[in-house]
Amino acid sequence: MDFEFTEEQLMIRDAARDFAQRDLIRDVLERDAGSIYPTEHVKKLAELGFLGMLVSPEYDGGGMDTISYVLAMEEISKVDASVSVIMSVNNSLVCYGIEAYGTEEQKQKYLKPLARGEKTGAFLLSEPEAGSDATSQRTTAEDKGDHYLLNGTKNWITNGNTAGTYLVIAQTHPDKKHKGINCLIVDRHSPGISVGPHEDKMGMRSSDTHSVMFTDVIVPKENRFGEDGFGFTFAMKTLEGGRIGIASQALGLASGAFERAVKYAKERKAFGTEIANHQAIAFKLADMAVKIENARNLCLKAAWLKDNSKPYGVASAMAKYYAAEIAMDVTTQAVQIHGGYGYVKEYHVERLMREAKLTQIYEGTSEIQQIVISRDILK
Amino acid sequence: MSILVYIENREGKFHKGAFELVSYAARIAKDTNTTVVALSIGEITKEEMSRAGTYGASKVITVNVPRLTALDNAAYTSVIEQAVSLEAATVVVLASGFTGKAIAPRLSARLKAGLVPAAVTVPVSYNPFVIRKKTFNGKALAEIQVNTAIKIITLNPNSFGLHEMPVSSEIVEFQPAFSERDFGTKVLSTDKQVGKVLLTEADIVVSGGRGMKGPENWGPIEELAGLLGAATSCSRPVADEGWRSHTEHVGQTGKVIAPILYFALGISGAIQHVAGVSSSKVIVAVNKDPEAPIFSVADYGIVGDVQKVLPELIDAVKAFKANA
Amino acid sequence: MKILVCISNVPDTTTKIKLSADSKSVDTSGIQWVINPWDELALTRALELKETTGGAIEKVTVATVGTAEVEPTLRKALAIGADDAFRVDINPQDAYQVAAELTGLIKANPYDIILCGIESSDYNGSAVGGMLAELLGIASVSSVSSLSVVNGEVQLTREIDGGKETMVSSLPFTAIVQKGISLEPRIPSMRGIMTARAKPLQVVPSFGTESLTLISGFKLPAPKAACHIVDGENVKDLIRLLHEEAKVI
Repeated sequence: MDFEFTEEQLMIRDAARDFAQRDLIRDVLERDAGSIYPTEHVKKLAELGFLGMLVSPEYDGGGMDTISYVLAMEEISKVDASVSVIMSVNNSLVCYGIEAYGTEEQKQKYLKPLARGEKTGAFLLSEPEAGSDATSQRTTAEDKGDHYLLNGTKNWITNGNTAGTYLVIAQTHPDKKHKGINCLIVDRHSPGISVGPHEDKMGMRSSDTHSVMFTDVIVPKENRFGEDGFGFTFAMKTLEGGRIGIASQALGLASGAFERAVKYAKERKAFGTEIANHQAIAFKLADMAVKIENARNLCLKAAWLKDNSKPYGVASAMAKYYAAEIAMDVTTQAVQIHGGYGYVKEYHVERLMREAKLTQIYEGTSEIQQIVISRDILK
Repeated sequence: MSILVYIENREGKFHKGAFELVSYAARIAKDTNTTVVALSIGEITKEEMSRAGTYGASKVITVNVPRLTALDNAAYTSVIEQAVSLEAATVVVLASGFTGKAIAPRLSARLKAGLVPAAVTVPVSYNPFVIRKKTFNGKALAEIQVNTAIKIITLNPNSFGLHEMPVSSEIVEFQPAFSERDFGTKVLSTDKQVGKVLLTEADIVVSGGRGMKGPENWGPIEELAGLLGAATSCSRPVADEGWRSHTEHVGQTGKVIAPILYFALGISGAIQHVAGVSSSKVIVAVNKDPEAPIFSVADYGIVGDVQKVLPELIDAVKAFKANA
Repeated sequence: MKILVCISNVPDTTTKIKLSADSKSVDTSGIQWVINPWDELALTRALELKETTGGAIEKVTVATVGTAEVEPTLRKALAIGADDAFRVDINPQDAYQVAAELTGLIKANPYDIILCGIESSDYNGSAVGGMLAELLGIASVSSVSSLSVVNGEVQLTREIDGGKETMVSSLPFTAIVQKGISLEPRIPSMRGIMTARAKPLQVVPSFGTESLTLISGFKLPAPKAACHIVDGENVKDLIRLLHEEAKVI
């Protein structure tokens, strides 16, 4: 076993840290308050290559390993999870999906601009009445011979308005249940697509979340992934990798709040001494540190398995489940340590707490992860 | 044997920093039983030169060559090198300011003479020759031992003070020789404010931070500075926001200053800022946040809104001056 | 034209400095090392020049004097965009020795423009650039806050006391650069990090130079007395204290 990072992995971590601590921090409060999309930051994210860091250089990506991705996601999420979710969806859902399962033509046409960050991608799975239960898709992709006709509504779509490329999960053969599902690459600007209003969310307020409606949208057959009916398997496989991204995001929310709590506890005085010297606070910090370390190790383990081409579905579910749970816990404790200051926006921790809540819900709720993990134990 | 001190003249005048350097050199001369020779480049009156005698310079060498109007590092190095040889100097003292930092390293390399840059003390021992300087942005003091026959020191401003030691002083004109390689640079234009207190040399500096809320609120800072004969400065965010010119930014990557009195008004005191002002003799901080790190380096503090405290501070200074 | 940027690595500003048990050296354990901030700005400017002068700058090289531990700093510089790197393999004792080793390197590999940061945030010496220029027998300009290359000529601004001067310099020359030379240091991109793998980093043996000074010991500054908090309702008191107690006005 080797717990050392390589020099290159550390350089990537530092690059992400510099970007977050120098650029993102400047306007994160304003963007949160006003639900403002981080246009300039996404541009810089693209320039730095973070939007396609996992994609092979052959397709204009950074060719970095998943360990580096975990480190970068953690650093960016410490400051701004609204930005890291854009990075996560683009890398580990959209780019990964196309690179792993797309045809050479699909990669040339769609993956390259996504890897360069010229376009962002969105992954359209959730529906008003199909969230965790992804098998009951109501969006339909009707087979019209040389093309599909897409109809239906998707919900809670990250990058829903700003994305250039959609990966849409839709039902082609309702009688075949989940084996009739397909995944199609859809150009955001195809006729028949309309995007709902920006969702006014509790946290991650500056990420771009929308519902998307399809009305007789024509999608060429060559935009389908794999054989007819491969869509559900595609979605489940892709989400396995996506969990590593969200797990690392949750980890970053926790460690970001923890760093602020430590700093505050060492500065703030009560009863004649820094509050860090009170056991009630010191022990809280110790518990938070252990949880964060555990979450980090789970994330890195899942990343290592993926990098070494070993099965990582259960490991990534464990990482996502645990990291999300402790993110909620640690950010709440960080607010508590800050007392009244923790409840005002200027001190950031209440925002991190609001954002942590989402990590328990999206890309597979904590309960769905428990299902994945328990099924594996009981199989 | 002598101690050679290079003192700058500004438009024909020596300023306080020059006399501090002479005082410092005189102290070393006294300790080592030798004399002080001051060197000045540029046009200056005999009366002004003889003022160096008040602080212990028994000889003042003046070099007045038109080609030296603008600083060329190599040419100035040549002048000082020749003076060192002429006066058999064993120690050369310069100010750790713009000119000193430009010349001293070249002189050190040319004479193979060990350099103590930005010294803050007189030698703590002469054999071996050891002087303290700040390192790691003031977080540690290093004792620098110089083993070469000639020693070069640049002194941080306001670290020794003025000490009168009147001697009669001889004034000598000197015509240095130059080689062609001495003038590799050419100044095309100079844009310089004359008569304003220089930030790096001011005894008192009044500095504003983000707590000032905006450039329109700088009037009271200028007023307070005017009353105290102080220079104005600002923190990095203020310069980055464009509220004040970057030339006013004090801190690790801006100007490093060491005034006798520093007012930090609405400045939280990030470590990078403190790195630039920690050598100040007395620091006064006004900040609304009692936990602001500036209070851990300040000598005197007022917890309160700077916008409210500043006018009262101005009134208090006016009252003080009226009574003085 | 070729540009050399001299790089040193220094403890991050926020690092707490601890001394070894005998106070002869600084305890380097737990120190986070970074590129000296002014050197990083110099590198940024060098790369900007290379990108904007349409081929006038053929190469940007970085060099440092130090043991193998400092190599991550050079590799970061390569990832940011430098074309190649040199490390002179010796642990230097003072600024003169750094300059003397770099002189050996530059005599074997000449450059037109040599950039040094005005100061390193460890020993705060402000000395290497000037010494290097002297040892090479070339011009130097200090406190340079802007640098451009126009029709093969180098134009500079330097910050003087109370103002600034625009200048030209003969080539080769050394610019000792300060704040303003470039706005913000660059962050290495994924592509930069990837291509840095293949860029040359040459380790050169020491040129056998000697130092002129040594550090005989360190001291930590005396802890500062607690701040005297004056009541905000009684600002006059502050002025009285500054006059009577501190004696500074």
